[in-house]
Amino acid sequence: MAVPAGMDLLRLSTVGSVDDGKSTLIGRLLYDSKEIFEDQLAAVERASLKRGDGYVNLALLTDGLRAEREQGITIDVAYRYFTTPRRKFIIADTPGHVQYTRNMVTGGSTAQLSVVLIDAREGVKEQTRRHAVIASLLDIPHLVVCINKMDLVDWSESAFAEARDEFAAFAARLDGIRETTFIPVSALHGDNVVTGTDRMPWYAGPTLLGHLETVDVADRTDWTRRRFPVQWIIRPMTGAHHDYRAAAGRIEGGMWRPGDEVLALPSGGRSRVHSIVTYGGLLDEAFPPLSVAITLEDDIDAGRGEMLVGPESPPLVATELTANVCWMTDRPLEIGGRYSLKHATRTVRAIVVGIQHRLDINTLAQIEDVTSLGLNEIGLVDLRLSMPIPADAYRDNRTTGSFILIDESTHVTVGAGMIVRGRPYEPAEYTI
Amino acid sequence: MASVDHVAAAAPAHPRVSHLDELESESIHIMREVAAEFDRPVLLFSGGKDSIVLLRLAEKAFRPARFPFPIMHVDTGHNFPEALAFRDARIAELGERLMVASVQESIDRGRVQEEPGHDPSRNRLQTTTLLDAIAEHKFDALFGGARRDEEKARAKERIFSHRDAFGQWDPRNQRPELWSLYNGRLHRGEHMRIFPISNWTELDVWSYIAREQLEIPSIYFAHRREVVKRDGMWLAVGPSIHPLPRERAECLTVRYRTVGDMSCTGAIESTAATLSEVIAEVAAARITERGATRADDAVSEASMEDRKREGYF
Repeated sequence: MAVPAGMDLLRLSTVGSVDDGKSTLIGRLLYDSKEIFEDQLAAVERASLKRGDGYVNLALLTDGLRAEREQGITIDVAYRYFTTPRRKFIIADTPGHVQYTRNMVTGGSTAQLSVVLIDAREGVKEQTRRHAVIASLLDIPHLVVCINKMDLVDWSESAFAEARDEFAAFAARLDGIRETTFIPVSALHGDNVVTGTDRMPWYAGPTLLGHLETVDVADRTDWTRRRFPVQWIIRPMTGAHHDYRAAAGRIEGGMWRPGDEVLALPSGGRSRVHSIVTYGGLLDEAFPPLSVAITLEDDIDAGRGEMLVGPESPPLVATELTANVCWMTDRPLEIGGRYSLKHATRTVRAIVVGIQHRLDINTLAQIEDVTSLGLNEIGLVDLRLSMPIPADAYRDNRTTGSFILIDESTHVTVGAGMIVRGRPYEPAEYTI
Repeated sequence: MASVDHVAAAAPAHPRVSHLDELESESIHIMREVAAEFDRPVLLFSGGKDSIVLLRLAEKAFRPARFPFPIMHVDTGHNFPEALAFRDARIAELGERLMVASVQESIDRGRVQEEPGHDPSRNRLQTTTLLDAIAEHKFDALFGGARRDEEKARAKERIFSHRDAFGQWDPRNQRPELWSLYNGRLHRGEHMRIFPISNWTELDVWSYIAREQLEIPSIYFAHRREVVKRDGMWLAVGPSIHPLPRERAECLTVRYRTVGDMSCTGAIESTAATLSEVIAEVAAARITERGATRADDAVSEASMEDRKREGYF
């Protein structure tokens, strides 16, 4: 099967609690859609036999690391790829253990759709709620809830309905999720994963793969507000290109055309787009997510860390931010803590000046009077920055609205931030 | 500041790019981040199809300027002559700088010893050669053409993959990698392996080679070759593979799905002589490229994970 040139890409994440059968579901999805190769299957058959599983354990297809196979758990985000005649899929397969929730945020950060698993016997658990909350915070517009192990509840419609209603009641209280689809499945036996089933005649909806192939993915791209974080300046300084100077980067918002006015932030320089350059030639028009190089009419300061934007709809140039922060390391985030903050192509220093609340993911209560955030906790945090950054709200633009926090001594990524609002830096003419 | 209405309101059809355009753009973005954030990057080139794609992506990321990094080949001394000839021609065409790190030199200097046995593979030895070259040139970022669809341990690896001062990968202690915000911070002596085509599959690579009309070494296409069956694979008879008395060399029509070390890269029987025939064959394949062609991965369930922990690519 040759890949049609016009085929699009769907990035999804999968989350499930321990023993929900998530690895089995993905193994089933890959196996039944013929993405599993014979040598991979032979390795799984050998490993299943060695473990005494008594059946071909499809979960072993995705458990890649030694400790995972030994303990029968999934440790880290694993990326899977499969292609059908309709779409190419990238799955970020993330574990549901409490201690690895940071991986769930990692896997979800690039996802357009998230598959959540619920064990039909157990209904919604703390992990399920956590996943829904994270999907909401990350602004993943589509959720697919697979109610699994239907074989263990006698294919019962009422067990399905109970789990569905329990989840729907919780999800209704979350922002950001625009569409939720419920599918009763048995990952172990394959019902409703790739092929349908006659064991649940009460269900008339699509299979999981059928849904993934046809879902009309909500467009998270901002097509109006122009954003172009400058990564690198291309300056050949050789004969034919002696005066050539282009700002290289990826377009993160808006439609760009030669002649457009541009504002460079935070420096404030103004110019116009002279040309949009790619290896294949000049473009009349460029848009997300293309990587291009932009030459300007004037010689303004627009190096790495600057963002070229449309002056008609600029971001906020902020030195104070309020953001939802997911904390990802053992040593807690504390008021007064100092970190490096990487936003788009700019890295500044940040100090935590306050924690407005911590989110209780079970009750969605906002707990005030907290002074720290522990591993896997999420809170609304006030930060003051050493230098201004051009920022959007995360809800408006995933790229210019997100940042990571880096520990300056260990160099580890310790926090993921989604900007809610900011306070303007001088001059105060920009507002969002 | 928070307003979501405009997203829902922006309903009219907007341009959509194909999956190959989106993958290409992501890879270019990664390469430019590395150029900007590291002091001494280097691009590892093997002559294989994945690193051939990397070179085209580097052209797209940095032309009309020169690449802001050199290109390095780790030479096991067991290369296919066709791959070496291709390497030299392609580098000359690009006008970029090539460095060669030689496993033979590591052996001659006593850094490593040839493994015992008949027709030893140098696959494992090249880890030392690579780590020595990193230390000598103080490289802090190494581009590689590895893909996550290749192998189970690679499926769990980050795009910016951290290596400690001993060159080791710690799969249980990887940095979270969010959005397209890559954390390239290093302590002294550490380095980062960078995998710009992590999200590409074998079929994506071939489709891109066809779209970009990239030249590839001739051994990817069907040709007659003297081969011998060993450990279930067709190995090329030549300077690194000598048939044992009980083995029978045969002349078959074969091609290679990967280009690696001659001592451990197997050929497949194939008549695919053009790019479109190769793509049709890859799309219909029922065995992974590593399973079909790499003796080194078959050693144990976790052999790639173990080699990666030691600093292998």
